[in-house]
Amino acid sequence: MSTILSIQNLRKSYAGGFDALKGVNLDIEEGEIIALLGPNGAGKTTLISTVCGITMPTSGTVTVAGFDILSNYREARSLIGLVPQEIALEPFEKVINTVRFSRGLFGKQRKDSAVEDILKRLSLWDKRDNQIRELSGGMKRRVLIAKALAHEPRVLFLDEPTAGVDVELRKDMWEIVEQLRTDGVTTILTTHYIEEAEAIADRIGVISKGDILLVEDKNKLMARMGKKQLDVQLTSQINAVPDALAAYDLTLGDDGWTLIYSYDVNAERTGITMLLNDVQKAGLQLKDVVTRQSSLEDIFVSLVNQPEAAQ
Amino acid sequence: MNWTAIRAIYVFEMARFFRTIAQSLISPVLSTSLYFVVFGAAIGSRIDQVEGVSYGAFIVPGLIMLTVMTQGISNASFGIYFPKFIGTIYELLSAPVSFLEIVMGYVGAAATKAMFIGIIILITSFFFVDIQIQNPAAMVAFLVLTCISFALFGFIIGIWAGNFEQLQLVPLLIITPLVFLGGSFYSISMLPPVWQTISMFNPVVYLISGFRWAFFGIQDVPIVTSLLAIGLFTSLCLGAVWWIFKTGWRIRQ
Repeated sequence: MSTILSIQNLRKSYAGGFDALKGVNLDIEEGEIIALLGPNGAGKTTLISTVCGITMPTSGTVTVAGFDILSNYREARSLIGLVPQEIALEPFEKVINTVRFSRGLFGKQRKDSAVEDILKRLSLWDKRDNQIRELSGGMKRRVLIAKALAHEPRVLFLDEPTAGVDVELRKDMWEIVEQLRTDGVTTILTTHYIEEAEAIADRIGVISKGDILLVEDKNKLMARMGKKQLDVQLTSQINAVPDALAAYDLTLGDDGWTLIYSYDVNAERTGITMLLNDVQKAGLQLKDVVTRQSSLEDIFVSLVNQPEAAQ
Repeated sequence: MNWTAIRAIYVFEMARFFRTIAQSLISPVLSTSLYFVVFGAAIGSRIDQVEGVSYGAFIVPGLIMLTVMTQGISNASFGIYFPKFIGTIYELLSAPVSFLEIVMGYVGAAATKAMFIGIIILITSFFFVDIQIQNPAAMVAFLVLTCISFALFGFIIGIWAGNFEQLQLVPLLIITPLVFLGGSFYSISMLPPVWQTISMFNPVVYLISGFRWAFFGIQDVPIVTSLLAIGLFTSLCLGAVWWIFKTGWRIRQ
């Protein structure tokens, strides 16, 4: 695989003195799906806007397939498709005409078969002659994607594609992204839904306060930072962890109704069987046993709060 | 030059015009007819002739200019302001187009619309008065230049405007008075000397005078001065657009 998008030391400061991006470095491989995860105001949209040409970088370089976004902006931009966060569409125009417009705007000759293919793929073909304002919110999002794909880009930016979208449509979106991957389209999406990053991304980048804290393969990240937790719920309340169980380093939760045990998913022996035996020996009655995996969400929260954990 | 993109913008903008073709055409035709009834028939019957031209015919060039200027400005300013307002400007900014191409698409479409309406008014006026155009080539040239320069000016207003009030402000407070006081309905020579002098500071006087010269061969100011005036105005607008392009003023942060 080759690098399709390369961001080097990208900075963006606004006139008011606010530093939205503080020297971002990021290389994205052709064909991958990367999710940029970060809280509101982290700089996700600024990063996308700067790469796509909507805002000007203060310093640093960005190249798309080797083309600089400033000196070779025509080549660079014609490779990129952008789906913005907010729904912004010409309300009175027909679906098919807005998609044709996008294709032409990006310098591609009119080709009805290509537009038809995109509209069908996004289940918009039946709505092609409807005015945009007649469409539901979900359908409008699809139109935005259709517009972004109209010029057959190699890199697709999805800025919070599923914000305010119902579960079904969200699943559809993920399918669309997955489909695009088979066509070789590189997808960069921003989200603050960790579930989303977990579900579709190959790699995850965590961005906070204008900095990329970490970029890593999703599975490695989860394995590296993933811990599991066993909650042993008891039938009667206890005041302290019994001495017989001291070796397990348990904590007491739920006002003494639960014993909490942390263990490493990757360890050969988790110690669960022994723990449960010892709990019984200590004379405690089990009511229920629950295990929980630390989700990306926990990882994310710990990263944003303690950036040094990324190293 | 990305001609495909320019054409895409042009076609998309013209589609907006044709979607509302009824309003686009009925309103100028109706208002022109009203002007003819009020100024031509009612008042004109008392004025009779201006420099050898019947008053009804005399106001035709001014009426066309009045409409073409306001239409050029409003079409172009709305054309570029609307994408800013609804947010679709993101697509223009992320597209592989230069600012010049964006301007050509929007200004071209706005100028075409203004010209279209100008021609409709000319045709309408044939039903009311007898007109002969002495110098058709000059008339077309003046019409085209006016459409383009005022569409450029409208484009600048559209970029500048931060809300709908500002969008209306310049046409309402500056253009309409200048056009009405620019000799649309009278000859400058009909004014008292003081007002004649003041009128010389109104750029629209030169445009209407030149345009009227193309029709009837009569003029308030020499035709060369008229050409210089429209040339100067177009250059100023081009300069402003170039500056916006260089600085990204109000478009690209």
